[in-house]
Amino acid sequence: MPTATQTVTVWQQRVPIRVHVKGSGPAVVFFHGPWGLTWGPFLDALAQGFTVYAPEHPGTSPDEPDAIQSVDNLWDLVLCYDELLDGLKLREVMAVGHSFGAMVACELAALQPARVTKLALIDPIGLWRDDAPVINWMLLSPQEMPGHVFHEPDGAASKALFGLPEDPEAAALARTRLTWAMGATGKFIWPIPDKGLKKRIHRISAPALLVWGEADRLVPRAYAKEFAGRLARTRLEVVADAGHAPHLEQPEATTRLVLAFLKG
Amino acid sequence: MKISAFHLMPHRELPADFERRHPSVWVTPPWWELADARRVGQYYNWTLDELLHAARAGFDGVCTNEHHQNAYGFMPSPNLMGSVLAKQTNGLDVAIVQMGMTLPTTSPPVRVAEEYGMIDCISGGRLVAGLPLGSPMDVNLAYGITPMEHRERYREAFELVLKAWQAKEIFAWNGKYFQLGTVNLWPRPVQEPHPPVWVPGSGSISTFDFATEHNVCYCFLSYAGARAASTMMDGYWDVVDKKGLDRNPYRAGFLQLVAVSETDAQAEADYARHVEYFYHKCLHVPAQWFAPPGNQDYRSLLAANRNPVRRAEDPKTLRYRDFVNKGYVIAGSPATVKERLIEEVVKRLNVGNLMVLVQIGSMPHELTIKNIDLFAREVLPGLREIWDDKGWENHWWPRSLRGSRQTAASAR
Repeated sequence: MPTATQTVTVWQQRVPIRVHVKGSGPAVVFFHGPWGLTWGPFLDALAQGFTVYAPEHPGTSPDEPDAIQSVDNLWDLVLCYDELLDGLKLREVMAVGHSFGAMVACELAALQPARVTKLALIDPIGLWRDDAPVINWMLLSPQEMPGHVFHEPDGAASKALFGLPEDPEAAALARTRLTWAMGATGKFIWPIPDKGLKKRIHRISAPALLVWGEADRLVPRAYAKEFAGRLARTRLEVVADAGHAPHLEQPEATTRLVLAFLKG
Repeated sequence: MKISAFHLMPHRELPADFERRHPSVWVTPPWWELADARRVGQYYNWTLDELLHAARAGFDGVCTNEHHQNAYGFMPSPNLMGSVLAKQTNGLDVAIVQMGMTLPTTSPPVRVAEEYGMIDCISGGRLVAGLPLGSPMDVNLAYGITPMEHRERYREAFELVLKAWQAKEIFAWNGKYFQLGTVNLWPRPVQEPHPPVWVPGSGSISTFDFATEHNVCYCFLSYAGARAASTMMDGYWDVVDKKGLDRNPYRAGFLQLVAVSETDAQAEADYARHVEYFYHKCLHVPAQWFAPPGNQDYRSLLAANRNPVRRAEDPKTLRYRDFVNKGYVIAGSPATVKERLIEEVVKRLNVGNLMVLVQIGSMPHELTIKNIDLFAREVLPGLREIWDDKGWENHWWPRSLRGSRQTAASAR
């Protein structure tokens, strides 16, 4: 079943944000990670019990690469998303985020604690430890990347995200969009993904679920403790046979955990 | 023609297995394992001595440049070197070509305007002001500037520097990246309205546009020689044409590796291992670091992915004769070098401001002096007058030095 899309233009009509929408029930907003939005079995499963809204990070929508040029910094970005929820007429939402998107979800929940009622964070970034640095994936070669993002670099989930189509024009476009998605998200975390969340995270009031891929080779598990120690109500779940993207690599296991949390 | 001696100030004694043991010459090479501060002090002094020797031997200019965290060329502050060169060349008709202080990493960028002002004052108006964008390794990796903001930050800094040099009134700068309430530059440069500006590039179309819109000298700093550069430089001249500007060869600068000896065979004996050291070790950098995501705008990125420039062959697979045959390096007897420079570089690319990399990789001090001497004595005189009969004015050279240089020999 395909998703519907709608575009809400925020930030003085300068930033169009395209949103994929599917399902019915309470609103769940999904914030994607550094490689762009992948709509797959995980989001389909969430849409069984909820209305899933999956915005595309500014600049990552087809034909709107320059939208990112109007979002100067993280403060701008978080306010853009706050305006997006206004535009979607969503007073309260549950937020699910992956990686960079989980950091954005935390920032939104810190800005508007009453607006975010539950927070599911899948391998989030946003904090920093000198003894366990987050790998800067933007400096990895295309050959190195899959091994850092996935437990099985040659598995189907990895191929779906990083594999290129046969057709040269389609391949050029796919490669460009993947790189641009990393650039447009990386703009808010370069060169170290600690942009002050540690000072704001105490404002979050929603109960939180932390989901970590057992073999995350970008963001060490040490960060689960960092998030858990700073969030008021939280629980950690580890997904076996998954790397930095358990919702793509082990969608069934991840879906079970996230659905139980959102419904609980 | 104006011909300048260019120096990178490389590590000259990296171990033979360097590129197999270490992932990169840039950003991550371990200092404590590879370098020694006293020895490096010797490199800096050799570098200054070699450039001063070139100035005295008859070169029109001496070039320094800025790079960080590497063994390829480590003058983190080109102006420390340029300042020494300016002082020591007072009385010579030699330009101090700073190629230069990196704009996006200097904060606030009026620091560039100030230090260049100092060098122009010390040298009595002999500065050429290179205003580089900086490599991603320097700017994004070593100095932490966000790739997507690199070029925009550069453009703002460029406008600020030009205004700071020229403004008659004190002004406030309310920019996106820089905010200064009171800009009132001390010192101002000797050259009015400002020193000539050179913008180095590596072939990106957006830099062609920038260079022509600002009427600066575009300098292609290539290590793959003139043949590989011809498409790029043709692209630059096309942009010059489209903008309705003249094809004045002094609008273009080009960097060429040159190694001169008594004969072609002797050049191979003298320079082969140093040239291979340069290409095998000094350029040992992971390819993706040249373009971190966001550093190229979307359209350039898509264009690059649609038409992958025939990927320059991996220089690690090439040897000295390949580098010479392909024109990466122009090496040989004075006659060979002169003919190839004139035909392949100067005339083919329409270049008026030639930069010559006179010290290559591991080349020791004495051999560098030999290269400089042979070039200055046997090659340079045959190049100097190439464009003279065409009547072009080198607007991108200090006004007081635009005439033909009085060499030390002819002055005596």
